[in-house]
Amino acid sequence: MSIDLKTIKHISKLSRISVDEKKAEKLAGDLNSIFDFIEKLNELKTDNVQPLTSVAETTLKLRSDEVKSKNLRDQVIKNSPKENEDYFVVPKVIE
Amino acid sequence: MSDITKQSLSELVENIKSKKLSSSDVTKAFVERSEKSKELNTYITEDYANALNKAKKFDEKPNLDLKLPGIPMAVKDLFCTRDLRTTAGSKILNNFVPTYESTVTQNIWNEGAILMGKLNCDEFAMGSSNETSFFGNVQNPIDKNLVPGGSSGGSSSAVAAQLTPITIGTDTGGSIRQPASFTGTVGLKPTYGSCSRYGIVAFASSLDQAGPMAQNVRDCALLQEVISTYDEKDSTSIDFKRNEYSKELTKDIKGKKIGIPKEYRVDGMPKEIEDLWKKGIEYAKDCGAEIIDISLPHTNYALPTYYIVAPAEASSNLARYDGVKYGFRAEGENLIDMYEKTRSEGFGAEVQRRIMIGTYVLSSGYYDAYYLKAQKVRKLIKNDFDEAYKKVDAILTPSTPSSAFKIGEKTNDPVSMYLNDIFTVPVNLAGLPGISIPAGHDAKGYPLGLQIIGKAFDEQNILNIAYAMEEKINFKNNITDWWIK
Amino acid sequence: MSKNKSEYLINRHDNQYEVVIGLEVHAQVTSESKLFSTSATKFGAEPNTQVSLVDAAFPGMLPVINEYCVKQAIKTGIGLKAKINKRSVFDRKNYFYADLPQGYQISQFKDPIVGEGKVILDMPDGQKEVGIERLHLEQDAGKSIHDLDPKNTFVDLNRSGVALMEIVSKPDLRSPDEVNAYIKKLRSIMRYLGTCDGNMQEGSLRADVNVSVRKKGSKEFGTRCEIKNVNSIKFMQMAIEYEANRQVDLIEDGQTIHQETRLFDTKKNETRSMRSKEDAHDYRYFPDPDLLPLEVSDDFIENLKSEIPELPDEKKKRFIEKFKLSPYDANILVSDIETSNYFENVIKKSDVKLATNWIIGELFAALNEKNLEITESPISAGNLSKLINLIKDGTISGKIAKTVFEQMMEGDKDPKKIVEEKGLKQESDPKALEALIDKVIDDNRDKATEYKSGKVKLFGFFVGQVMKVSGGKANPQLVNEILKKKL
Ligand SMILES: [Mg+2]
Ligand SMILES: [Zn+2]
Repeated sequence: MSIDLKTIKHISKLSRISVDEKKAEKLAGDLNSIFDFIEKLNELKTDNVQPLTSVAETTLKLRSDEVKSKNLRDQVIKNSPKENEDYFVVPKVIE
Repeated sequence: MSDITKQSLSELVENIKSKKLSSSDVTKAFVERSEKSKELNTYITEDYANALNKAKKFDEKPNLDLKLPGIPMAVKDLFCTRDLRTTAGSKILNNFVPTYESTVTQNIWNEGAILMGKLNCDEFAMGSSNETSFFGNVQNPIDKNLVPGGSSGGSSSAVAAQLTPITIGTDTGGSIRQPASFTGTVGLKPTYGSCSRYGIVAFASSLDQAGPMAQNVRDCALLQEVISTYDEKDSTSIDFKRNEYSKELTKDIKGKKIGIPKEYRVDGMPKEIEDLWKKGIEYAKDCGAEIIDISLPHTNYALPTYYIVAPAEASSNLARYDGVKYGFRAEGENLIDMYEKTRSEGFGAEVQRRIMIGTYVLSSGYYDAYYLKAQKVRKLIKNDFDEAYKKVDAILTPSTPSSAFKIGEKTNDPVSMYLNDIFTVPVNLAGLPGISIPAGHDAKGYPLGLQIIGKAFDEQNILNIAYAMEEKINFKNNITDWWIK
Repeated sequence: MSKNKSEYLINRHDNQYEVVIGLEVHAQVTSESKLFSTSATKFGAEPNTQVSLVDAAFPGMLPVINEYCVKQAIKTGIGLKAKINKRSVFDRKNYFYADLPQGYQISQFKDPIVGEGKVILDMPDGQKEVGIERLHLEQDAGKSIHDLDPKNTFVDLNRSGVALMEIVSKPDLRSPDEVNAYIKKLRSIMRYLGTCDGNMQEGSLRADVNVSVRKKGSKEFGTRCEIKNVNSIKFMQMAIEYEANRQVDLIEDGQTIHQETRLFDTKKNETRSMRSKEDAHDYRYFPDPDLLPLEVSDDFIENLKSEIPELPDEKKKRFIEKFKLSPYDANILVSDIETSNYFENVIKKSDVKLATNWIIGELFAALNEKNLEITESPISAGNLSKLINLIKDGTISGKIAKTVFEQMMEGDKDPKKIVEEKGLKQESDPKALEALIDKVIDDNRDKATEYKSGKVKLFGFFVGQVMKVSGGKANPQLVNEILKKKL
């Protein structure tokens, strides 16, 4: 199997990582060698195997419906790259 | 005392408790040595002045009942530390200062330890040589231009070079055990769910686990006892009875059944590793253990499985680094342009590569062929271990297929870099505890490690085996202080 | 099936088109704290004041699920007569957006908490069953505000992480009216259960509307378009009408319909393609490794079943059987839990028939006029009950009761007091009435003579005169009896 430049462009779009031509070529090379190695899994028949999502041998614990987190606006906004007291700010989005 | 930094954690605790040393004495010694060791590039962020202040405060009102009374230590820069920059080795978090503390580090400070700074690591813990860090390579104190392993390379280097008496790392596919092996130190990856993941910058959620790194097994046991707690803030934290590992530590492992998996004899493995393993088997026998040949038939599929599961989870975990809430932002013409520039400039090449792999294996049309397939094989790998543990109490393997390599040697070949983790990755996939102990040297004098893998929640057992073997092996690290001018 | 009467069809040339509609309703779970974090869910707070480190997706933050939200979802499932799945899985739906801090939404994809169920609609020409495909739990996103700054979009994460139930219907709806009835019924069921307040102005209930058209009689579905996030029934109906006609026009024009996401522009009353959502449509769902599968026991579900109140369908049935209400009246009274509670409080101590008429008639009209909800009614159930009893026992006439009612609307006053203070009590003393009647006959001698000579129609005139002289207080029944004797 071979991952072409078009696929690389598509994945980069989905990943929101810009790639130029040169970078795309390098990535295609790297990914192809990695997937060559990953293809090894096709040797195995797994039709009747249950997929394993978590190795944690426990069940999901449920918390009670209590408000514990107070107003953290100052803390939450503090690290944001664009200065604003009330909001996170991003370039204008047109829907 | 001039040799403070040569002391093990256990000795330092003993000396502070008996008031032979103060926290300030100890902290000053490690800070001074750290300052003289900048060439190793172990630290991303130093917090020496604060550490010395805290030590002074501790000495004014020392609480000697604590497990880590006034002990200074630096931690991997993947743990969020309140009011101290946390970067995960990435440009994208270059300026990020958390307002919160990870559960694991909080547990450590609760026992009296003092933070000296944040240690270098591969970017978002993605790497096996600490070469993917935005903050540069880390030198292995064993030799100039030698990698310290990764991703906890700053941690392994700092412990080996005695810049910190102990430290903590994180291990997703071998990131504690492989660097421990490369630097002649001890590193434990606990059972998945043993240490809380709360406040640790996530790489691959179903695999990540924090663990102790130290000069010896006893120190490792003590630190594990401090960091392993059940945590309601982590839904995958497991509520099981945790031992006081250091108190229950014993060298009596007579009759323990130790399995030797034949599949770990991989093609092209250097003879030195084969010999080391044989020696390890002899040591285990000397300790009274019974050696049993076992089979873990899916071992060869572990690495391909890992390189689907880990990048898939990472691609999603790292989506939050988008320049909106915190961290680095590149200006863009519109929202999408901003995202793409931020992530392209903010993440390094290896992280981008793994995000791409992860995005690809989850994308429509490929999910079943890759991600679902990998989860099924993961089940088979876990089944192998379950089967083996019907016959044995622990499993002994080499930690790595080679000793430490030169900086730059493998950077252009991702697959050969990934092969470093061939012996450690199955353990993460199965969620088991594993410990690497130094067990010998190769021809160049570089350390080599052996790995002991346990059943889930059976940290005590592998610590005991490691403890017993450590005495027989009697390993000495060759640290020449070459970097100190 | 008497369906044809109200069949909704679009006619073009010689073709008739049927509209096929399926809804994905997003209902905000009523809870104090969010689905995976402990911050508050209150509506209308200052921006970004109800945002925890988890909601803003800080590094190392992890989700921990709210038990109450799980219970609310299961209760809603029970209310929809649906299958409750004892094991469900939380998945990540991955996409980038400014108001999605994690870069993914935690939702349920393959294994939702609630499976197939149904909702019964009462349409003018009979009942209609709408299938429920599934109900799953998921996180709400934050809010992007585009109009505060010319160059930037502002993001408020207060809503980020609030629990939503996404209720997906089967494509069983066929007209804007059915959509109206469906949303109202869902809302009613959830309000009975207390699982969603159904407040559409506050965004507690919104829907993605899937619309397709096909020639009448065709069994195959046409290509559908999804109109995103419509937040009022009226807009849903307008959007469907516009969209169905647009699709029909395309077909009649020989063009194809592209499956896509569209947006309803409420100002222009049209739907249009949402390009922003189109370019990255691969959500890469996978099980959230920060969460384990959610497993609930039979006991857990049984306990919740025991907490389920009587729901509108059952209540309606009871009202019809026990109180002999007409289906029409029963429907009105059960449609809203507050109304049915009010009704049941009134009839605790008074006549059902009178109560029904007074609530559906006078009270609803009066509330409507003042734009009040039943919960804001100036007349308490207790006092309305007293008023009805005053009519029933003959203390006042129905006519006087209306006067009393009007005064009660001004402030919740005891009707007995009003009757006493204003002297509105009905005159039922035969002696007093006789005197009154004698006087009226005396004053209208000529008319009395005409009556006696056969002009019986004049009886009504005498009754009117007596009532007038008595100021409306004379007991009309007695007046009738006595008048007959005297004339
Ligand atoms: Mg939808
Ligand atoms: Zn949804």
